[in-house]
Amino acid sequence: MTANGDAISRAGPGIAKDSAQDSVSGATSGPLSRPLAGPYAGDVLAMTGRKSPWGSDSEGENGASQPGSGSASSGSDGPDSGDDKDASDKGPNDKGTGDKDAGEPRGPRNPWLPSGSTPPRRPASIEDIFRSRDPRRTNGGGGLGGGFPNLPRRADGKSWLPLGIGVAVLAMLATSSVHALNPGEQGIVTRFGHFSRVIDHGLSLTLPWPIEQVEVTDVRSFAVDTIPDGDGEKLMLTGDRNLVDLSYQVRWNIKDLKDYSYRLTDPKGTVREVAEAAMRASIGQISLNDALSGAGRARVEQDVRERTQRILDYYRAGVSIQGVEIKKADPPSKTRAAFDQVNVAQQEADRDRSNARATAQQVLARAEGEATAFNKVYEEYKLAPEVTKRRMYYETMEHVISQNDTVVAEPKNMNTYLPISETKRRGDPPSGDITVTAGPATAQQGGQ
Amino acid sequence: MGNFWQDYKGAWVAAGVAVVGALLSVIVVPETEQVVIVRSGSPNRVYNAYVPGAPFGTTDAGIHWRIPGYERAIRIDKRLLSVDMQQEQVLSTDQLRLNVDAFARYRIVDPVKMVQTAQTAERVTEQLQPILSSVVRQELGKRTFQSLLTAERGEAMAHIRDGLDREAREYGAQVVDVRIKRADLPESALESAFARMQAARQEEAKTITAQGQKDAQIIRADAEAQAARVYADAFGKDAKFYDFYRAMQSYSVSFAKGDGGKTILLSPDNAYLQHFREP
Repeated sequence: MTANGDAISRAGPGIAKDSAQDSVSGATSGPLSRPLAGPYAGDVLAMTGRKSPWGSDSEGENGASQPGSGSASSGSDGPDSGDDKDASDKGPNDKGTGDKDAGEPRGPRNPWLPSGSTPPRRPASIEDIFRSRDPRRTNGGGGLGGGFPNLPRRADGKSWLPLGIGVAVLAMLATSSVHALNPGEQGIVTRFGHFSRVIDHGLSLTLPWPIEQVEVTDVRSFAVDTIPDGDGEKLMLTGDRNLVDLSYQVRWNIKDLKDYSYRLTDPKGTVREVAEAAMRASIGQISLNDALSGAGRARVEQDVRERTQRILDYYRAGVSIQGVEIKKADPPSKTRAAFDQVNVAQQEADRDRSNARATAQQVLARAEGEATAFNKVYEEYKLAPEVTKRRMYYETMEHVISQNDTVVAEPKNMNTYLPISETKRRGDPPSGDITVTAGPATAQQGGQ
Repeated sequence: MGNFWQDYKGAWVAAGVAVVGALLSVIVVPETEQVVIVRSGSPNRVYNAYVPGAPFGTTDAGIHWRIPGYERAIRIDKRLLSVDMQQEQVLSTDQLRLNVDAFARYRIVDPVKMVQTAQTAERVTEQLQPILSSVVRQELGKRTFQSLLTAERGEAMAHIRDGLDREAREYGAQVVDVRIKRADLPESALESAFARMQAARQEEAKTITAQGQKDAQIIRADAEAQAARVYADAFGKDAKFYDFYRAMQSYSVSFAKGDGGKTILLSPDNAYLQHFREP
């Protein structure tokens, strides 16, 4: 304490002189504050000097919350001291002095710093908050220094570290021994690698980590394998040595987690390989047409599913095949045109058949129509054969002759008349005229 | 703390040495592995050896001890291992080629023997690979192409498995299954296969077309026949009248007024004209 007193008394006048000189020169903002704070300058300096190094705010007036910051405390002091000028002016000025104070004294004050001023300054750091460096603090700073940062920790004892570690270990043990499994999950418990049990979904307890370990797997949801990967053409040989481009899906899940985990090195790959082998075997037993048709596909799907399941059960893979679906079964792309031709031919054949059926209907209908017509007429005819016959004859002849040029001629030398009648007819617009040349005929008859 | 460490320094060191020693001499055997303890070069004992049909939980997997430095632990997979055969061309008895791709599944049943002959499971796999492909080629080469594709596969596979198993026993392994994953036509044969398929399809297409035409003809002929029967039924009642009736119809159609125009020469003797001369 005495050392402090000396330091202040020494520093006080020194700075006072400086300020006086500054006020005389009256140059910058720094000096401005001095004359205003003139009477209090010594006090302020004393305060800052005392406060700035080891933050005696706990004891001081305003800045209780601000530990070692000399500038802040001096700033707060300024207004308190009663001079109401521009706070904005004052702030920086005081700060300037504060910095000066904090900076300047360090050099000369070094000898007494370790005793009280510096160590209490450090407590602001994190180190002090967490670690108890109380012995040192109490020795040096006395009542002033140790006040604020380490209240909670110190009271308990020496160190929190072992306790903290203990709590962490306990928490770890607790979390590693309680297992909450989601629905559809199962866990396999091993005790030092030795299989212990399978735990189901829900909450279960095991021994903590190093002793028992749990490996949780989703056993409910289906894995879907698409074979082949990608969009490339995958050709398979059918029983009749044709090729078919096939792609399919296998859906499976875990039936027995124990077997699934321990029996096979690569269960997923095995499912895939076995499914592929099974599909090949099934396709190899049927013809191309069966493979392409819907009914054949359904049979193949069923067959592959059973076959795959059988093989996997034989391996004791713990896998349940839920379904096999053929997504695509097409002829190879290079032969597609030929396959399309078959469709075209099919349609052509169908078209031919329909046409024929249409014609047949026509023919039949006509036949029936004609037959019916004849029957009707015949019935009439039977009632009066002779008259009907004559009537029909005349009606027909009338119709025929009325529509054509008619020449009645003696057959033996009709040739001479033909051209005449022909030209005549062409000359006359009304072509329907009947020219009956009776003369020659009678003459001939007469001649005969 | 400091005191604790200072006071029991010796104990701490002893405990540390004990822990390190324990860590070195303990071996954790998981369910998926069999461990052969080799003492100075020769197998001494086996932990968690494969026992057919033994349920999990009854095996001696778990913690075991060994003398560090003196004993060495060799870990061998207890699970089913796979051997994949590279794609091989197989020639069937009818001289057709087929690219065959097979896999085998095996497990180590005699770890001591395996350690003596092959040291690691990977090496067993390597050794089995060429054997598998030669056995497959040999066995499938005895069969016809057709039988490779169809049901006889099962029997052939059994033979292949037995053949491979005999060899595998030398390495302390047991072959569980052999399957043909793929049996494809080689690239060179693909084109001809496509051509054959195309020809077959064209044949089918033509057959279908011809069949359609045939059906059409039959349908038409049936209709004609039926029509003829209908006509006969009707017209057969009076053939002479039909003759007349049909002639009349025919005249009125044939001598109907056409574009060209016709000239009909009638003989005066014509029945139509008989009343021309005399009433």
